[in-house]
Amino acid sequence: MSNENERDEAAENLPDQLGRERLAAPVRRTGMFGANTTGDTSGFGGLQVRGSAPAHSRRPFTDPGDPRTADFDRVADDLEAALTGIGRQSDVERVEVDRGEITFHVRREALLELVRVLRDDPALRYELCTGVVGVHFPEDAGRELHAVYHFRSITHNSEIRVCTTCPDADPHLPSIVSVYPTNDWHEREAWDFFGMVFDGHPALTRIQMPDDWHGHPQRKDYPLGGVPVEYRGATVPPPDERRSYQ
Amino acid sequence: MGLEEKLPAGVALTTVEQVVGLARKSSMWPATFGLACCAIEMMSVGGPHYDLARFGMEKFGATPRQADLMVVAGRVSQKMAPVLRQIYDQMPEPKWVIAMGVCASSGGMFNNYAIVQGVDHIVPVDMYLPGCPPRPEMFLDAVLKLHDKVQNTKLGAHREQEITETEERMLRRSLPLVTKD
Amino acid sequence: MTVTEDYIDASGGDWDDVVEKAQGTRAERLVVNMGPQHPSTHGVLRLILTLDGETCTEARVGIGYLHTGIEKNMEYRTWTQGTTFVTRMDYLTPLFNETAYCLAVEKLLDVTDRVPERASVIRVMLMELNRMASHFVAMATFGMELGATTVMTNGFREREMILDIFELVTGLRMNHAYVRPGGVAQDLPPGAVGKIRELLKEMPKRIQVMRKLLDENPLYLARTQDVAYLNLPGCMALGVTGPLVRASGLAWDLRKAKPYCGYEDYEFDVPVSDGGDVYARYRVRIAEMEESLKIVEQCLDKLRPGPVMIEDAKIGWPAKLALGPDGLGNSPDHIAHIMSGSMEALIHHFKLVTEGFRVPAGQAYAAVESAKGELGCYAVSDGGTRPHRVHFRDPSFTHLQAVAAMCEGGTVADVIAAVASIDPVMGGVDR
Repeated sequence: MSNENERDEAAENLPDQLGRERLAAPVRRTGMFGANTTGDTSGFGGLQVRGSAPAHSRRPFTDPGDPRTADFDRVADDLEAALTGIGRQSDVERVEVDRGEITFHVRREALLELVRVLRDDPALRYELCTGVVGVHFPEDAGRELHAVYHFRSITHNSEIRVCTTCPDADPHLPSIVSVYPTNDWHEREAWDFFGMVFDGHPALTRIQMPDDWHGHPQRKDYPLGGVPVEYRGATVPPPDERRSYQ
Repeated sequence: MGLEEKLPAGVALTTVEQVVGLARKSSMWPATFGLACCAIEMMSVGGPHYDLARFGMEKFGATPRQADLMVVAGRVSQKMAPVLRQIYDQMPEPKWVIAMGVCASSGGMFNNYAIVQGVDHIVPVDMYLPGCPPRPEMFLDAVLKLHDKVQNTKLGAHREQEITETEERMLRRSLPLVTKD
Repeated sequence: MTVTEDYIDASGGDWDDVVEKAQGTRAERLVVNMGPQHPSTHGVLRLILTLDGETCTEARVGIGYLHTGIEKNMEYRTWTQGTTFVTRMDYLTPLFNETAYCLAVEKLLDVTDRVPERASVIRVMLMELNRMASHFVAMATFGMELGATTVMTNGFREREMILDIFELVTGLRMNHAYVRPGGVAQDLPPGAVGKIRELLKEMPKRIQVMRKLLDENPLYLARTQDVAYLNLPGCMALGVTGPLVRASGLAWDLRKAKPYCGYEDYEFDVPVSDGGDVYARYRVRIAEMEESLKIVEQCLDKLRPGPVMIEDAKIGWPAKLALGPDGLGNSPDHIAHIMSGSMEALIHHFKLVTEGFRVPAGQAYAAVESAKGELGCYAVSDGGTRPHRVHFRDPSFTHLQAVAAMCEGGTVADVIAAVASIDPVMGGVDR
């Protein structure tokens, strides 16, 4: 068992494997100075900068040198045990430990059951949800919309993040308002700004924008919507249309 | 040998316009339209440190029907714009508007989908007050300048003539471009 | 005016007609739209109240009237420029917004441990002063909305003292953009410490005045005790934090639970009350101000000479500001240094000012205990010089969801007290 694990790990760390992963990652930007309108004279026109491949941490999650990660192994064990109890352990796609924070990436089908476990399991007891954040990654094909939840346990003084995704073509996620009523407005905000549909939300309506607004303004494909500003004969374009360093 | 010489001491002559102007400016009743950061500075002006009561303006009311000055203090969002216009329409004539802060004046740093780029797209503005937010002293300065404007407001036929003249002057005037020389 | 069988729209027209029609129907349910422009709603909050006589049977909250698109705007600016935007969110707690944002950026950069000690102390000191200023406004506006103008004038007068210090230190009364990723924009100016010591001497008396005015004032008690009750399970379900949850009996404070900026080195208590009503929230707030004074005093003792910006030339903002004739300006020393002293410094200056620094791809969540509750900043970087996404979990936004739970079943006058006791700031709610 342990040998197998070691072999897996070794294969994962081979330069060949890492290089392939790197090339499979989506291209974030090309060129150097964001020159899209006129010719790029910088000499860096062919440059392709790739995003990072999805990070995948392996146990142990607790790094003895980093006190912020002290209870990560315990949380992961308890969560795994609790999810095994309801037959959902395979729905946690990967676990990521980065910068002293632990993130559980879960499939959206399992989200509602997972958060119920998070709140009710005595070993976990995440009483407080600080809402859902929508993030739009247009280049992350098939998983464009990310919904990020932060949970806080007052009993155990612990903090975790749960991340789930849905494609642009089918922007549906389960609502967790039935478990965490505080997410009511947060989910409405994510719908308003990103167009994520939270199935099971009691009244999913716009919250920040006027009711008759078109589009979901914080998506990446929605323009910033600034106007050019004229001052004494010179015109400054809005920030999203300026030529600038990136 | 005008009428002035025959008057007893203690009587001054003036025009109806000046009397009305004095009356109007001495006790302006602002309708607060506190929106964002500027609203807090506006409230500070009403507080004891800066004391807006010195200018007869301490009655900050929220009811537009008893107000003749609207202080738009803060950024006006697309969602708020119709509300603002409705409040303005509910104010009786004569009425004045101060656009307090750069957001109300021009949209300021929020050049985006959510903010109306200057409240003058919705209501006519008499006084633009820059700053983010303007200091209370700047607000007092704007109020005094507005008082001056109110004092010298013309009435009736004079007012119409003034409007025509201003319009013609503005049409004739070239835009203030950067000079080429 | 439209009249159906049991529906009268009284939003315009002749009042006599409305009265006549109202007398002709048996309708008793009254739906009142309060706001978004109303003196007692704390900014542009809209309350839709269903009234049965004086009793409020349903309370719904409408927000979004101050939506500014700050989070979207930040995606088009460098990480450092972001502070200029976040400070304008919850405009009564600008320094908390900045600190939450900078802590998130520092976490992304993985430089949290390298922020200079002095910068952290200054951050803590200004945050605590800001907490007092925010609580003063909370009490002042609360008083004003209930008709107690003295409370309002007192609150704003006391707040001016703190704003004077902010102006001396940051150059601005509000919207400071003083805390920057890696430290603070500039060191304390000469005279700042003396001025803060003066404040420490004077402020306890002022807080005492406030206490004498309100603590046992029968009118105040009548309006606040047992009003807008919210118990602890309610708080937890609705995600309520800050003074509200502490007024419901839970000593939950991120400064103690998850210390940041070196809060573990300060000695202070977390005031708790188990009243769960408006009065308990007032008591918690005023006690917190006294604790804040303690922390500020410890900050002054902890101030050691040293840098206030991270030493890393690739992150730390290079320009040291100087006090010019019109407030803050460029430092002649720094200009001389980059123009004729060091080529490397010039390159760093140019790169940082034009392009900004790159932040490694990843995500981070940093939370601070703002005057209102847990203020969280979730930042995502794609490895560039601008944020991919920054989201703020604003306490006021979350707390306003509790209005229905606090108000339904109470009288309409208590709605005002309930909303005021939440102390929502719409700039933070709508962002």
